[in-house]
Amino acid sequence: MAKILLEMRSITKEFPGVKALDNVNITVEEGEIHAIVGENGAGKSTLMNVLSGVYPYGSYSGDIYFDGQECRHQGIKDSERMGIVIIHQELALVPYLSIGENMFLGNEQQRRGIIDWNQTYKKAEEYLRMVGLDENVHTLIKDISVAKQQLVEIAKALAKNVRLLILDEPTSSLNEQDSQNVLDLILRLREERGITSIIISHKLHEIAYCADRITVLRDGRTIETLDNRSQEVSEERIIRGMVGREMTDRYPKRSNTIQDEIAFEVKNWTVYHELYTERKVVDNVSFKVRKGEVVGIYGLIGSGRSELAMSIFGRAYGTNISGMLIKDGKILELDSIPQAIYNGLSYVTEDRKESGILLGSNIIHNITLPRMDFVSRKGKIDKDLERKVAEKYREMLKIKAPSVEHYAGNLSGGNQQKLLLGKWIYSKPDVLLLDEPTRGVDVGAKFEIYEIIHDLATQGKAIIMISSELTEILGMCDRIYVMNEGKIIDEVPRSEATQEGIMNSIIQANKGGVEYGLENYTV
Amino acid sequence: MDWKTILFKIIKNLKQYILLIVLVCIILFFQKVTNGTLLKPMNVSNLIFQNAYVVIMAVGMLLCILTGGNIDLSVGSVLALVGACAGTFAIVRGWDPHLSILLSLLIGIGIGIWQGFLIAYMRIPAFIATLAGMLIFRGFTLIVLKGLTLAPFPREYLAYSTGYIPDIFEGINLFGVRNTTSLLLGILLAVIYCIVQITSYNSRKRKGYSVESPYLLGIRLVVIAAGIIWLFSILANYRGVPMVFITLGIILIAYSYFTSSTVAGRHLYALGGNEKAARLSGVNTRRLLFFAYVNMAFLASVAGIVFSARLNSAAPGAGNGFELDAIAACFIGGASATGGIGTVGGTLIGALIMGILNNGMSIMGIGQDWQMVVKGFVLLAAVAFDVLSKQGIITEFISRIKRIYFSAKRKGALAD
Repeated sequence: MAKILLEMRSITKEFPGVKALDNVNITVEEGEIHAIVGENGAGKSTLMNVLSGVYPYGSYSGDIYFDGQECRHQGIKDSERMGIVIIHQELALVPYLSIGENMFLGNEQQRRGIIDWNQTYKKAEEYLRMVGLDENVHTLIKDISVAKQQLVEIAKALAKNVRLLILDEPTSSLNEQDSQNVLDLILRLREERGITSIIISHKLHEIAYCADRITVLRDGRTIETLDNRSQEVSEERIIRGMVGREMTDRYPKRSNTIQDEIAFEVKNWTVYHELYTERKVVDNVSFKVRKGEVVGIYGLIGSGRSELAMSIFGRAYGTNISGMLIKDGKILELDSIPQAIYNGLSYVTEDRKESGILLGSNIIHNITLPRMDFVSRKGKIDKDLERKVAEKYREMLKIKAPSVEHYAGNLSGGNQQKLLLGKWIYSKPDVLLLDEPTRGVDVGAKFEIYEIIHDLATQGKAIIMISSELTEILGMCDRIYVMNEGKIIDEVPRSEATQEGIMNSIIQANKGGVEYGLENYTV
Repeated sequence: MDWKTILFKIIKNLKQYILLIVLVCIILFFQKVTNGTLLKPMNVSNLIFQNAYVVIMAVGMLLCILTGGNIDLSVGSVLALVGACAGTFAIVRGWDPHLSILLSLLIGIGIGIWQGFLIAYMRIPAFIATLAGMLIFRGFTLIVLKGLTLAPFPREYLAYSTGYIPDIFEGINLFGVRNTTSLLLGILLAVIYCIVQITSYNSRKRKGYSVESPYLLGIRLVVIAAGIIWLFSILANYRGVPMVFITLGIILIAYSYFTSSTVAGRHLYALGGNEKAARLSGVNTRRLLFFAYVNMAFLASVAGIVFSARLNSAAPGAGNGFELDAIAACFIGGASATGGIGTVGGTLIGALIMGILNNGMSIMGIGQDWQMVVKGFVLLAAVAFDVLSKQGIITEFISRIKRIYFSAKRKGALAD
């Protein structure tokens, strides 16, 4: 048996009212890639925060041994000194500083407080080469893609002489190709430099691909540790551990709910970038949705899919928008978001925390916000009616909260997402634009959201679902549009759609068109 | 409503209650150290006159802060300029006082439109736009007044603020009070309050909505009605209810209703809570921001009229530093510096805490110097409490002390 690098013994961490970690045990061998999986709220991040010293010694119970030594971290500095470095899901880079400056932030190459810039940039270059990133070290972080920023983060960790690298959802905002790149880099660092990694991810196929062992957490407890060294753990096996039961279907049975009538049509839709007004973000896009149909728009980050949806939604994004919107056979002129809402459109935003819900408000205020006119008369809110409406949606969508006066910020990710959906279902739309409706949501809640979407289709709503998860698109949609660099490059009915086929059409389009630049699109 | 939901509600509103408790403690403290001078009828009357304009401006400031922590630094200058205009119209030109007031208010609204346009539509940061406004309007005040103080105003001009409601029952001293009308007005208001509450209780019950227990309603009505009558009886023992008290009451009730019960009010909170989410939910964020600043200037103008009437003069230096009083009242009253949180009631309490500190310390003969120090610390303490309780540092601190205590106890037990 290989040498044990890290051992965490019966870790228990309590927050007021909740036991986030309950007697968790985990051992990581030297030179291993260890995955931690679990649903949202299972305690993965808390565990890593305990390990890295975000929660100081004394605020939890249990013991941590690293390289045979007992750890009593008072802060991140202590754990980093031992070679434990954590890369958080939200990257901690300063946009207006250069790659080199970022790489040595907090770890400056200095003598008596004076920074040695030559040394800084020379070393930065070395580490960049190590992670296989070909960029000038003087480039500002804001000018490189998220995928490259992730590599800079890893290089930054290397610069701290990392021995145990913790990656929290390293690929959550990357496309498949870039994700693969990051995973291969982690494997390579293990081979070349013996770096041990702990990786947290929701993308189970990635874990099955790169992890040696997999620890499953559920409700703050260690459920099991699976050995994947011979690559034989299936995704289904992992899911069973995570949810505690067999999930035979990851998608609800979709019966045919499509009606003949075309509910919504977009014709020759072109949108220019808000700041760089000469740049086309959506290029002559046309598509249509029938009543009761779930249409998928698959595209990578930067393909213009969110921009497309937002520009349709009352010109919430973009300049110089041209094209035509037709709803129920009539041309729609939408100049503002309220107009879009009143005409039966709704847009479920991609990032629920940033632009979806009001975290500091309760469930009632969140639900009724898009259509206050349903619960008010002459500008006066009927608070009793409002509460009744909120109760109804909480029940319907099974939002887990003690009451409708519960703050949205205190809900779990899955329940926040359901609240976001609920708010837009409440606005009585005919056409729903769902932008990444299951991002950052665990397997169980995902299934519930899919069921809600299916129910909406059964009611005859037209649904446009945008996603960068191909399996989800394939599992839920009746018809799929493939989007790349602002254009719709392919349309596939469900019966003919395969993962390979769709990825191929994107690769083909990239070869034929602009060679590079796909990931340089940022909003 | 069972005790659990009541408890939940109390915990939820704990911050508001804490403020109220602090206010009561401060009142009791000064009542004691000033040997009862604080709550003497004349002093209560004075307190109202001294603080009315601060409360009026603080209400406007609250709306600005709600939109996302934006403040308005120009209100002191707007107050001065409006007073100066009113002085010029009513004193120098000798126009009708009512017309003068109306015109001055219109000028105030014009200033609001200007600043609102800059902030909401030109996207100039509120801090900078209003800092500029503070200089510009102070400058205009000096220009309008030519650096001089105008006084005195005609009597009619003063009626709205420094006057008292006339005593129609003069000579009849009901329950031995000096001003029967004031007492009757208090009783009338208390009765109206009870009737409104009971009607809404009944209609909610009829519609099948959940209602509080009738005992609780009864207790609440008795306490509040008694409070209203008590306050009015104090005032009745001096020269009656000041006109400005009525103005203030109307403003407080109107804005309290606006923020808590109207769609526009709700949108204001949504805007401050998460601007992007609010915009994508169909809230017209720019128009709201515009409205908040127009409204702020309007209320600053009302305060300008009230203040000039109280001093019975229009002075170039009027309202210097008032913006800070208004901002402080909001933050002491629990408004969040990032927006989306805060109530009119809390702001009133915040302003009262400041006002009573001022008044109480003055009665005690404490100088301006120490008063400033004390008020500064009070502001800091209020906001620090807010920030710390949000970060959970206080609970963390308590649990840490507990841990240390218990581990020490365990060790002690072992040693024994």
